[in-house]
Amino acid sequence: MSNVFIAFQANEDSRPIVDSILADNPEAEAVYSPGLVKIDSPNRLVVNRETIEEEIGRDFDLQEIHLNLVTLSGHIDEDDDQLTLSWEH
Amino acid sequence: MDAQVKKKKLGLKPRYQAMTRGLDWQTSYQDMDKVFPYDKYEGIKIHDWDKWEDPFRLTMDAYWKYQGEKEKKLYAVIDAFAQNSGQLGISDARYVNALKLFIQGVSPLEYCAHRGFAHAGRHFTGVGARVASQMQSIDELRHYQTQAHTISNYNKYFNGMHKSNHWFDRVWYLSVPKSFFEDAMTGGPFEFLIAVSFSFEYVLTNLLFVPFMSGAAHNGDMSTVTFGFSAQSDESRHMTLGIECIKFILEQDPANVAIVQRWIDKWFWRGYRLLSIVAMMQDYMLPKRVMSWKEAWEMYAESNGGALFKDLARYGIRPPKGWEDACEGKDHISHQAWNTFYNYNAAAPFHTWTPNAEEMEWLTEKYPDTFAKYYKPRFEYYGEQHKQGKRFYNTTLPMLCQTCQIPMVFHEPGDPGSICYRETDHQDVKYHFCSDHCKEIFTNEPEKYVQAWLPVHQIYQGNCFPEGTDPTVEGFDPLAAVLDYYEIEVGKDNFDFADSEDRKNFREWKGGVEEEVSP
Amino acid sequence: MSLTTLTDYPVVAKDVRDNFPAPLIYIGWDDHLMFCAPVCLPLPAETPFGALQAEILGGVYGAHPDFAKIDWNTVTWLKSGQPFSPNQALSLAENGLGHKDVIRFKTPGLKGIGGSRA
Repeated sequence: MSNVFIAFQANEDSRPIVDSILADNPEAEAVYSPGLVKIDSPNRLVVNRETIEEEIGRDFDLQEIHLNLVTLSGHIDEDDDQLTLSWEH
Repeated sequence: MDAQVKKKKLGLKPRYQAMTRGLDWQTSYQDMDKVFPYDKYEGIKIHDWDKWEDPFRLTMDAYWKYQGEKEKKLYAVIDAFAQNSGQLGISDARYVNALKLFIQGVSPLEYCAHRGFAHAGRHFTGVGARVASQMQSIDELRHYQTQAHTISNYNKYFNGMHKSNHWFDRVWYLSVPKSFFEDAMTGGPFEFLIAVSFSFEYVLTNLLFVPFMSGAAHNGDMSTVTFGFSAQSDESRHMTLGIECIKFILEQDPANVAIVQRWIDKWFWRGYRLLSIVAMMQDYMLPKRVMSWKEAWEMYAESNGGALFKDLARYGIRPPKGWEDACEGKDHISHQAWNTFYNYNAAAPFHTWTPNAEEMEWLTEKYPDTFAKYYKPRFEYYGEQHKQGKRFYNTTLPMLCQTCQIPMVFHEPGDPGSICYRETDHQDVKYHFCSDHCKEIFTNEPEKYVQAWLPVHQIYQGNCFPEGTDPTVEGFDPLAAVLDYYEIEVGKDNFDFADSEDRKNFREWKGGVEEEVSP
Repeated sequence: MSLTTLTDYPVVAKDVRDNFPAPLIYIGWDDHLMFCAPVCLPLPAETPFGALQAEILGGVYGAHPDFAKIDWNTVTWLKSGQPFSPNQALSLAENGLGHKDVIRFKTPGLKGIGGSRA
């Protein structure tokens, strides 16, 4: 099994997104380096719009993550409610 | 009054369909193949362009919205940085030399990519691919501009940045990135996508932007980290384009596999060689270090690339031919590249230096199998010589690899004490290479690479002197004439950091505090 | 032609002999990687091979502490990676060296700074 990852700029916009990802993906791990937070997860990682909305208390358009996204790996599938990274097909 | 009903917007998937399908047309009074001459001749067969899908499903309206927000954030930081004399907050003035290399060698590639994607976007007949190429073309122009704007603040205070565009077309080591991109741009649009979107953006670009930008943050360079991560936020979209395009091409026709495999072999290796300079920036040019090149290679290339090629195996794609040699090189290339610029720093408009004692220790710890054995002794020797006023400069021009155009500094795989020499003949002329892979790239397309503008050979042909120079007059100094042609300010832009104006100025601005440099 | 192109175009090799005032010779010193790469020199074909050692190599490699220690009687040469026994009295051309040939020399007993092959 291979890891997928997603990384964000380490700032206040990203914090609730990172927290939501960690809550929704129990096997995911966040690694911090200067200015950057990288989340690794075995095989698959999901970003849920609803979890982020609960976290920040407002509507959230998943494409807002583009503002602070730094890099990612794996195949991507995105719709209005979630963004999935995986090595599955 | 009726309650205001919120107008329902289309969902992401139908919106993407609406914005990227049926926007094209079939030409009527001109042949399609004449209007789109480039989308078949490479031999790639596409049967159904509608299968192309951008996984992010980004549409132009959303694109402008988010890019606008990114720009506002970035320029607020750039302004604040300049207003607050941010250049004084960096770890030490040596750090700026990494920015010099960036504006000299990386930013012009952004501009090349802007042109390349504009060209590719124009020539694909599928709308999804055209929209994605168009966005990337605009992104790359934005990257060039934001980098020029950010680094212009440093240009007010430091040497080595004032002629970066002029240098890109002339200075010896900048022919490495320049020829890399010109090679890609002179391929067809499909090869360009495999070269830049897949091999470079997807497989290798993390190594350029992620650990290096984290390093910029660690060295107090708020403006660079901001442009870097702002660019990288586009980069994740580019990487997605890279993996999408390769899946799309491979799924369209089994005959595409062999063509794509050869391009992957070629462009992985070309990209890897290009990154030698990044390896050196990371290990030697960041006074405060985040991770070694080797660690970054393991994190972003080995584990991620490993997962990728495992996944692509279902199409019959194998890892690039140079993969194992590239992995073996992780213990060496940063040291070899730094030694090269240390050798030829008289002809390079940025500064080099010998690592100080603490840095030598860090390098020894990060490279336990190689640094102390092969590289530390020469750097210690350089330091001692410099203390005695005999700073070593190599005064003879180097032999270059015909393909990557890098001086022949790389070792024979498995034998770090020997240079790797490869050669072949083509139409009665000998050609030389740094590796099996650069040689194979040449022998696959010799007609392309016999045209290479190799800086050392161009100097010897007399093409790198200012106009009107007479090399036959007595006392003619060819090196001085070349530097004059380069428009390098001798004594300001070049030579060792220890003896530089940058160092002296920075010390004065900081009230006389001395940074830890050797000697 | 191996190139995939839409139309033919003239291919002009940039580095043929006629473009240089003298043939290029590449020279490397094995086990001395302080000099990061082999060097490239335009050398007239009539240059005696002995002049390489007596007049040219010192200017290229003299900064290395091993250079003064070389016992030239024990030096061996390679041309394109194969053993090569030049006649010092003959010219480069007479020794079979042409444009863009690569030669390397080995200096037995000398292994670079601190034995690091640099």
